[in-house]
Amino acid sequence: MRHGKYPFIIGFLAVPVALYGTFVVAAYVQTFQLSFTSFRGFGAATYVGLDNFVRLWDDSQFWQALRNHAVLLIFLPLITIAIALVFAFLLNVGGGAKGGMQRGVWGSKFYRVVFFFPQLLALALVAVIFGRVYSPDGSGLINGLLNGGDDPILFLADQRWALWSILAVLIWQAVGFYVVLFSAGMGSVPQEIYEAAALDGATRVTLFFRVTIPLLWNTVQVAWVYLGIAAFDAFALVNIMTVDRGGPDGATMVLGMLIYRNIFDYSQYGYASAIGVVLFFLTLTFAALTLRVTRRDTVEM
Amino acid sequence: MAEIPGTGTELDRRTVLRRAAMAGLLATPAMGLLNACASGGDEGANTDTPSGEKSDTNPLGVDPKAPLEVVIFNGGLGTKYATDVHIPSYNKLFPESKVTFSQTEEIATVIQPRVNAGDPPDMINNSGSKLMDMGALVQAGQAQDLTELFAAPSVDIAGSTVKDTLVPGTVEQGQFNGKPYALNYAFTVFGLWYNSKLFAANNWTAPKTWAEFTALLDQIKGKGILPYSYAGANASYYQYLVILTSAAKIGGPDVLKNIDNLADGAWQAPAVKQAAQAWGEIGAKYGNKAHLGLKHTEVQLQQNQDKVAIYPSGSWLENEQAKDTPAGFEYAVMPVPSVTGSDAMPQTAIYAAAGEIYFVAAKGKNPRGGMEYLRHMLSKAGAQGFTKATKVLTVVKGATDGLTISPGLTSSDTMLKAAGADYFSYRFDTWYKKLDDEARAATNELMFSGGDAQKFCDRMQKAADAVKADSSIQKFTR
Repeated sequence: MRHGKYPFIIGFLAVPVALYGTFVVAAYVQTFQLSFTSFRGFGAATYVGLDNFVRLWDDSQFWQALRNHAVLLIFLPLITIAIALVFAFLLNVGGGAKGGMQRGVWGSKFYRVVFFFPQLLALALVAVIFGRVYSPDGSGLINGLLNGGDDPILFLADQRWALWSILAVLIWQAVGFYVVLFSAGMGSVPQEIYEAAALDGATRVTLFFRVTIPLLWNTVQVAWVYLGIAAFDAFALVNIMTVDRGGPDGATMVLGMLIYRNIFDYSQYGYASAIGVVLFFLTLTFAALTLRVTRRDTVEM
Repeated sequence: MAEIPGTGTELDRRTVLRRAAMAGLLATPAMGLLNACASGGDEGANTDTPSGEKSDTNPLGVDPKAPLEVVIFNGGLGTKYATDVHIPSYNKLFPESKVTFSQTEEIATVIQPRVNAGDPPDMINNSGSKLMDMGALVQAGQAQDLTELFAAPSVDIAGSTVKDTLVPGTVEQGQFNGKPYALNYAFTVFGLWYNSKLFAANNWTAPKTWAEFTALLDQIKGKGILPYSYAGANASYYQYLVILTSAAKIGGPDVLKNIDNLADGAWQAPAVKQAAQAWGEIGAKYGNKAHLGLKHTEVQLQQNQDKVAIYPSGSWLENEQAKDTPAGFEYAVMPVPSVTGSDAMPQTAIYAAAGEIYFVAAKGKNPRGGMEYLRHMLSKAGAQGFTKATKVLTVVKGATDGLTISPGLTSSDTMLKAAGADYFSYRFDTWYKKLDDEARAATNELMFSGGDAQKFCDRMQKAADAVKADSSIQKFTR
């Protein structure tokens, strides 16, 4: 067996490593390389040094996109995790103890399916559906219900509301997944802890804040990183739903949209790659920072 | 056509590499990949020499046996005109040539990798929302110079060169710094579209002056119909086209020329401001704020339902809406009414331009055949077939005279004839896509939030100045 070990391992790893190398690493390397060129999609690429990054610094659309990401970055994880935690708590523990077992509220199995359902829909479908929900005339779900479409709320067409409307869809879609994630986390919390807390007279609110959250901290941390990365994306919704793709007037512009437009509308492959490189480092920095800042001693169970 | 030694093996090597990479057998040849995907193709040989014998029926010297590959964008115009009209016409003259036809809804996605790999199709309909940047193609030497095509005799209009049979300005429309590289084939006229039956039922007539226009809009409003609208979500360029049409009519076509050439203060010209002022008032008084959030299909459908009376668009509108147009609806179009009594151009002047790009790949296998294919598109029969299939006019002069195809087409033809030589267009929107985007946003702001003309001009001037100062954007002049 001994001398057969390395061929076995290599044989096992070669295909995934080759796939990863070709479709991930090579693509990243190529993006970095292109970001230093003025490549326009055809012919040879000319190297222009850091020109693309200098231009980026002066690009007001880029800064607007960053501001939009900042809003998403703060509110998407915060609201999603809050809602998902409450739902998960209600589904698993909220029903109180019965026969020594913590239970969810009545019908929790049904709700579990309902909450997870948005996760099963392709993002493009979600975008189209909410395009109809937000529609600014009487045919829109919300505006149709409110006074039949007279004096409608311009969800996507009003600069003040557009980004928040997108944020609401992102949250709606994400909550289900995190309910399941947190449910799994709560399932691994030993019953005795709840039992002991309940014997000491803890209310549901106390249980939630003093028992559930500290024991779930690792899971919450992971959720935070995932959602933060999702906040750097939002491309699909913006591309399909918004006025003028990123509008009105840049109110919903995100970096993904900016990259897309620079490649496919302006044929500025080099510049788009430079934005991609910035996005890469932003995401990386965010993930590293989050993991660092939220580090706490794990509660031993 | 004889293969030039060397190119064959070069292509094979690349194909093999690509397939190997696809199969995931290649680990990390990152630099090699970049060379193959991104910057390859420039060493591909130009095979453009007449390989067939030149004759009266074969003025471009096409090899009659060489196969030809044609790619058509499948959008509002469909692809029937190619398969049913132009390819048979080519094959009638060259029965031994095998014509391969394919269609796509995303030209850049399908064709751009092939161009970069040195294996482009011969004739490409570069159109749709994912079209390839024509300027970049020309810059990279990938587009065939079409000078010879325009100088060749027409297929079926005796005694004329191809150029003679075209409406003035066609060749220029496809020129990049002096040489023609693209054929803009469809001739599109722009104006304000309405339902002639609705107008007739209410005794409304197409207004000529601004006072008549606003009076009509008031009457329409009184009937409970939204007088005027466009789709802010994705089609605001229909509206800035109308604003700039007014600007050109007030101040003459040079207003647009200055805008195209990024002349200093072009957007601050009094004519532009006056036009923006007039249209901003229309938006504020007769528009509906909710339509900022609608897409063109939604607003066009509302017009078909007589909920919107007047809608700005190009002459593809009738064909696009064909399946939604009810029996009581007949498309008609009018020129944009004159804003002042002292406009530089007459009320009949319109925005009209050749559009829909067709080009021949310079580094394809059969560039001569590609040019010959364009010659068949530009024959009288080819143009008639196109118009019948798409209800859109072509750049071939008078090809459909005497034919009655549809009410909308008749109406736009009448409008074009009335305009005579007074038609104009701009090109900044395709030359400088960033400026197009800014114009869309600025127009939405003008039309939907209060109509501040000075702000519109300032915004556009700032964006134009930024484009002018940006050395990474190639500049064009006309």
